Amino acid sequence: MGLPMSKGEIVAGCLAPHPPHLVYAENPEQNEPTAEGGWEQLRWGYERLRASLADVEYDAIVLLSPHWQTYIGTHFLGLPSFKSLSVDPVFPNLFRYHYDLNIDVELSRQIHDRAHEAGLAVKMMENPDFRVDYGTITTGHMFNPAWDKPLVVVSSNRSRDYYSVEVMQEMMMELGRVTREAILASGKKVVVLASNSLSHRHFTTESAIPEDMSKEHITSHAMHLWDMRMIEYFRSGQAQRILDEMPEFTEQAIAESDGGGLSWLLSTLDIPKYPGILHGYGTIIGTGNAIVEWPERLHTEASE
Amino acid sequence: MSTGELVGSYIVPVHPHTVLAADQNEGWARLRDAFGEAAQRIKDSEADLLIIYSTTWPSIIGHQIIADPNPEWVMVDHDFHDLGSIPYSFNIDEQFAHAWNKANQKRGLKSRTVAYHGFPIDVGSVVALKLLNPDNAIPAVIVSSNVYANRAETTVLSKACMDVVRATGRKAVAVTAMSLSNRMFTKHIDPKDDKIHSLKDDEWNRKILEFLSEGRLEDVGQLSRTIHQQIRVNKVVAFKPMWWLSGMNQNRNNLTGEVLAYEAVHGAGAAVVHLDPAESGAGDKEYDEDDVEYFAGERNVLDAQETVDDVSEEASKLRSVETNGPELWEPTDKGESVNSQAAPKPVGAYPHARRVGDLLYLSGVGPRQPGTNAIPGGPIHDSDGVALDYDIKAQTHAVVENITRILEEAGGSIEDVLDVTSFLVDMDRDFKGYNEVWAETLGHVGPTRTTLAIRALPTPIAVEMKVIAKAPSLE
Ligand SMILES: [Fe+2]
Repeated sequence: MGLPMSKGEIVAGCLAPHPPHLVYAENPEQNEPTAEGGWEQLRWGYERLRASLADVEYDAIVLLSPHWQTYIGTHFLGLPSFKSLSVDPVFPNLFRYHYDLNIDVELSRQIHDRAHEAGLAVKMMENPDFRVDYGTITTGHMFNPAWDKPLVVVSSNRSRDYYSVEVMQEMMMELGRVTREAILASGKKVVVLASNSLSHRHFTTESAIPEDMSKEHITSHAMHLWDMRMIEYFRSGQAQRILDEMPEFTEQAIAESDGGGLSWLLSTLDIPKYPGILHGYGTIIGTGNAIVEWPERLHTEASE
Repeated sequence: MSTGELVGSYIVPVHPHTVLAADQNEGWARLRDAFGEAAQRIKDSEADLLIIYSTTWPSIIGHQIIADPNPEWVMVDHDFHDLGSIPYSFNIDEQFAHAWNKANQKRGLKSRTVAYHGFPIDVGSVVALKLLNPDNAIPAVIVSSNVYANRAETTVLSKACMDVVRATGRKAVAVTAMSLSNRMFTKHIDPKDDKIHSLKDDEWNRKILEFLSEGRLEDVGQLSRTIHQQIRVNKVVAFKPMWWLSGMNQNRNNLTGEVLAYEAVHGAGAAVVHLDPAESGAGDKEYDEDDVEYFAGERNVLDAQETVDDVSEEASKLRSVETNGPELWEPTDKGESVNSQAAPKPVGAYPHARRVGDLLYLSGVGPRQPGTNAIPGGPIHDSDGVALDYDIKAQTHAVVENITRILEEAGGSIEDVLDVTSFLVDMDRDFKGYNEVWAETLGHVGPTRTTLAIRALPTPIAVEMKVIAKAPSLE
């Protein structure tokens, strides 16, 4: 390992969900549709997350979105910038976003190379016509609406679909470990974001006004219980229990942790034994979403 | 009036290799050639509409239908981005898309059209339209695959589509963009090393193709869940495209099938199959799943305060009585019988109607809905015989609609009704409502009428009518 001076750092790791409804409700100029608000609990949660990190210096954001789905290993955006229009194929009525984002290609390649050395299937994505998925853009926007930090965008390998939650988690723990190593070796200060909901059973209907909050609630009591159980673990520093219960949680709550983001995040954070800060919880068309931050200062305190 | 019909069905693979890299692997080249052969057959069939059901466009809010007349963009695959980009500009039948959307809603489905600049047409649809319709000569429609939809919903989607094909007199081709086994290699491979991922996947694929080459589409549909468990990566909750395609073909098992190619694409099973509506020898069905005409929907999740008993008006109209009534029979078919798929099945060995000279004698018609057997307005008692509140006006309306369907099947109309004998199980309660609906409907036609009170009818309904009508001329 290099000198402490040049050592990179994960300044925070966050669970930062991406339903496009959040961007829709914010009415940013980049998004074509307009809303009369909605999902305020979560949008205030993102506000608190941004405030919490306002005074923290960092160089880049490393983000894993379950809506860039790859079956052949893990892919990384590999060009310096991407600019286009992202239309959500599922909620095109809510999300048609003109994005213009920068990539930290150097850090992407460093993570890619370490993952390759560790035996994981990886690929750089270097096709300039590629459209960035709406999950990446929603989380990117909600976390940093100024878009003034370069991103590392990691695809979601669908190993859960191929094999099982257990195999997925094993691969994501490994990817998380090499992501951490690459960040520390890069000398950069980085925020790591896992972009996923918790319980993930949607309504298959949408009210005439999508942002009508009188219609918004969790799809079922069982989903609520699972979400609260996970949040309890987040808040009490029991990341290992989350990993232990990941198979049951992912299957029974149809959780979006199936994309691997949450396991990967906890691995990049060395499986935190210190509490995460819950900035917000809310439902979006019936799915459960939590915004949680694990700040570096708590990590440092816990290891002292 | 011209009647629309399906002039052919095709199953085609979804990955971009056939468009971008056919020269890199002999199997991919053969798939490309098979696409070319299918394109020629579609042209020769003089089809005027291509209907794509794509498994690579998942949806959550019901089904979505592309309605942008000219979607244009550049498609890059999420996995195979290194093969290159596919620019596209398609010719979409906007009017058909809107009509299908309405027909879906009529049959109880959640559905919407999509027409936004920059909407990402999915890889399966892009590949299918590029290769089956290279010059955009035939207008197309594309429908999504709902991740939660099961057989009932997917079947009703196909019926709504065929409602519009028939009503608009189209010569349509149905296409499912799908893999057979969809397990790909999880590592990068050299194109020349491509093969089906595993022997088991290959064996299942060959079994499916054997069924299809015998024209046994409904059998494959009924094996959908098994196929899903055996050779499908759980991207969506079921293997649905065969439900849709079989529904488009009236759940037939005696089509004329031909496998134009079967190859591997990065380990997945990729086939081009043609199913012609011409009858072939097979046709045997060993078992049948229920047929579904209308989708009754999920519980009404958006209105949390509603209890199960307090369901919406629509749902209560469709309350099913499948376990509440006598066994159903296929209508008998002797002499000059008139039978209609669009009328409820009989409760004994009799036809819907019979022609004698210039007259048409209808068997007693009740309000039961064809297919679902639901009773609009609700049944008069539950399966334990406990009396239920019901709506006599809704029931009477449904009787008149069923009479209309039978007469139309015979080539006539409701205007032909000459004489009606009506049976009510509760004259005191129901005569007024029944009489109001009569005045609005048959009252205008002017047949003679006799109304009788009786103790019961064979199903839990409150009204039935016995009709004699003018037979339509035989020219
Ligand atoms: Fe998502």
